[in-house]
Order: sequence, then C-alpha cells, then structure tokens
Amino acid sequence: MVKWDNNRAWFLVIPVFVIVAFSAIIPLMTVVNYSVQDIFGPGQRFFIGAEWFREVLHDERLHAALWRQFMFSGLVLLIEMPLGVLIALAMPKKGWTASLVLVLLALPLLIPWNVIGTIWIIFTRPDIGLMGALINSAGIPFDHTGSPLDAWITVMLMEVWHWTPLVALLAYAGLRAIPEAYYQAAKIDGASRWAVFRYIQLPKMRGVLTIALLLRFMDSFLIYAEPFVLTGGGPGNSTTFLSIYLVKVAVGQFDLGPAAAFSLIYFLIVLLFCFLFYQALQAVGTGDKG
Amino acid sequence: MRLQKKHVGLIIYLLLLILPIYWMLNMSLRTNADILGAFSLYPENPTFANYLKIFSDPSWYSGYINSIIYVTLNTIISLVTALPAAYAFSRYRFIGDKHVFFWLLTNRMAPPAVFLLPFFQLYSTFGLIDTHIAVALSHCLFNVPLAVWILEGFMSGVPKEIDETAFIDGYSFPRFFITIFLPLIRAGIGVTAFFCFMFSWVELLLARTLTTTNAKPIAATMTRTVSATGLDWGLLAAAGILTIVPGALVIWFVRNHLAKGFALGRV
Repeated sequence: MVKWDNNRAWFLVIPVFVIVAFSAIIPLMTVVNYSVQDIFGPGQRFFIGAEWFREVLHDERLHAALWRQFMFSGLVLLIEMPLGVLIALAMPKKGWTASLVLVLLALPLLIPWNVIGTIWIIFTRPDIGLMGALINSAGIPFDHTGSPLDAWITVMLMEVWHWTPLVALLAYAGLRAIPEAYYQAAKIDGASRWAVFRYIQLPKMRGVLTIALLLRFMDSFLIYAEPFVLTGGGPGNSTTFLSIYLVKVAVGQFDLGPAAAFSLIYFLIVLLFCFLFYQALQAVGTGDKG
Repeated sequence: MRLQKKHVGLIIYLLLLILPIYWMLNMSLRTNADILGAFSLYPENPTFANYLKIFSDPSWYSGYINSIIYVTLNTIISLVTALPAAYAFSRYRFIGDKHVFFWLLTNRMAPPAVFLLPFFQLYSTFGLIDTHIAVALSHCLFNVPLAVWILEGFMSGVPKEIDETAFIDGYSFPRFFITIFLPLIRAGIGVTAFFCFMFSWVELLLARTLTTTNAKPIAATMTRTVSATGLDWGLLAAAGILTIVPGALVIWFVRNHLAKGFALGRV
C-alpha cells in the first residue's frame, strides 16, 4: 500500500514510544552500567571497562549452554512451523467446529509457564503420570530426571505441545484472509493441491508466518520457566539453556557484573537473528509477488 | 460433515493436545493418597476438596483476583496506546517509521531474568512496588509492541479509500477513528486483546518480582506452595486447572469474534 507522507503521524506513536521506552531504556541503561563495573556493595563500585565481557566470552560453560540453546531453538522451529501450518490447513473454515477447534487450540497457551512445567512433571511421572506409565508399560525405561536424552525428549515435547497452537492460530488467521476468488481461479486453471499451497496460500501467509517465526524464535531462545520447573536444568547440565545458566550466574553466584555483560551479549544474539529472519522473510515476500 | 483424511489427523492432534490437561483435571479431582496409591485413568472417587480449599483460602483465591486485575489493566493500556500507533504505522510514512516499528519488537528480545533487578529499582523509585498497575505497566514492555504489530496488519487490510471518503465528508480524525474505523477492525481488536491477555496472564518472572502480597499473581502462589509444603499434587493440579478457566471463558465468549477476526485479518 502506498502510504501518505506525514511527519505529524509521530504524535500518534508517542504514547507507545513513551510507555515502552520508560520500561525498556531505563533498565537497559542500568544493565549496561552494571556490565562495566565491579560491584562490591552499595557505594562500592569500580569502573573496569570490558573486563566482564572478556570473562563471559571465554566461559566454557556459556559456550556449552549457547550451543544447547541453538540446537533447541532450531529443532523447535523445524518442528513447530510446518506442524502449525499443517494444522491450520486442516482446520474447519466455519461453523461451530471452527470455534471449538480455536478454543481447544488456545488452551495450552493460557496456562502460566511454570504451571506448564508442573503439568508435565505430573504427566511424565512413571508411577502416576499417563505418559510416563504408558512408555514404561511398553517396556521402555523412561525417566527425564535420570537420562539426558529423555530429559531432552520431554522438554521438546512440552515445548511443541505448548507453542505449536500459536503458530497454528496465526497461520489460520493468514489462511482465512485469502479471498475465495483466488481458489476459484486456481480451480479453473486446474492447479494441483501443492500449487495452490505454494503459489496462493504460502505467499498470503507470509505476514503472519513472519510474526509467528519471530515470536517462536524469541520465546524459545529465552525459554526459562518451563524447563526450569521440569528438570531444573538437569540431569547434569543437559537441559541448562541460556537463561537458566544466566540466572545461575546472576542469582546463584550473585555476580551482577558478569550477569549483566552476559545478558547484553544474549540480547545482541537474539536481536541479530531476529533482524536476519525479518530481512530474509521480507525479501522472500517481495520476490514472490510476481 | 464429510470426514476427510485431514480431519482425522486434526482430531488425533487435538486429542493429544488435550491429554496433559485432562490428566491434570483427573489429578485435581482425587486426594493425594489416591493419586500416589493407584494409577487410574479417571477419578474413581471424585472429590472437590482441592477446589474447596482454593476457594476458601484467601491466600489462594486472592491470587486469581490479582492476576485478573493486572491482566485487564494491561490489556486496556496496550490497546488504547497501540491503536493510534498502529494506525500511524499502517497509513503514514514518517521519519524513522520503519526503525521504530522494528525497535518496538526488540523489546521482547531482552532476557527477562536480568531485567528483574533494574525493573525492581525503577518501580521502587516511583513507589509502585506491590501494586497492580506496576505489573500491568511492566507487561506493556512485551505486549504493546506485539499489539502494534498485529493491529497494523489488520488495519492495512482496510482499504485507504475509506479514510479518504470519511475525510472528504468532513469527519474529524477522532470521530472517524472511533465511529468508522474501529468498528471495521473490531475483530482484529478482539484477536489483539486475546494475545495481550494471554501473554500477560502467563508471565510470571516480572509479576513475581514486582509484587509481595497485595498484588501477588496466582502463578506465584502456586510456586510458593510447592516449595513450602512439599508437593501437594491434588491441590497443585486443581490450582493449575483454575488458571486455565478465566482464559478459557474469555475465549469462549469471544470465539465467534475470534473466528471472524481471523477471517478478516490480513495480518
């Protein structure tokens, strides 16, 4: 859409700008401030420059957590995005079934994140949980508190269970916005099911899928409460994702300086990837329009 | 309705989706001795003791009330501020528009864990600790940008000619916005409100840090119980089920708007 040029439109943006800046810029400045100081207590702080950044970047355990985090987010996106689109394609388009499916899909999204962890602890307990009992009765020992692989499977299952509905809801919104005329035209042209998906549905879903991908990347990269409640980062360090490690540094050892430097690096990584995803998806979209 | 292959897949998926929630419901209707004593697919001697305890103990039910208050506040603040901004991003080109639009979303990207201390200091300075408004405001950090992004999509789906016609007819901007434009994207507002509600409802870290007693959210009450008295499975499950209820009610009432909203939005 061609937009009107008008710089007075800024006045409409000011409330949002102020409300977000208030709770974003001030805390961010505080974190930057911590990250370059050595803090011993109130009034006892020394400027030490980039020391903490150097220390954090050389931290072996951070590298391990970062690698684990990339694995996790990558796998999660690979499973959730296609699955969400598939579900959206299979959803009924109108009537009470459409409403019912929407409501059912939204249920996992409405559970507080730490409660999600609790649910899955109950659900996967070998003695009293449905899933744990089922797997064990099939003769496979399954225990997410003992085996790193089982812990990973449980955390992944929980994450996919929890968040695929978000992708599905957004993809569904994109699909429903396609005018019926497009499908009729495709039918007249004798387009295959795949062609309809590739040249009509996918390009039309680009906007919503961009939001879905960005949200899913951010939230899976920042994931904290669910695996923390479920496994506490263990067994060993096998499910210690970045924010769990970050909290261990910040709260466990109470090292504000390194924790602040750590979170700034963390923030920059997320920012960089979101920016790349955003640019790439915008470019894909403009190429598809022809 | 004709049963197609894709519907079978969808039904299986939905069943798997409901299973963990069903299991929690099952647990919440049993006593602890019963839960630990025998594995059972359904409550054989259903009891509402766990729910009764939550509804009779103020430290439990006040958590729900607190959560509902700040989530409602947050949804209202997010919508009221995001609507004009989304209109500006959707209709106008102005200095820095693209940058501000992306910058807004970057505020979701900061790891919340280390923002806790700065947030605590910031809200202490203004004397807002342990108030509902503090939590509502802090949740704006991630909800307002998302609201702007989603609303912008819905607004861009409305043809610009409608605005032009209204302005030629002599409508002032506020009057046009409220009487013509908002009803057009009503469904989009519903979808956005749902997302704000959802993300504010499930957020715990900030809500817990900024509150002590008066505005303590339900999710925090639950964690406290876990650590203090060991694991009371039945009570925990009942509390978990109850955390879904307000949200489920909200969606049930707006379900038709949601379905319509999803149909209308270009997003």
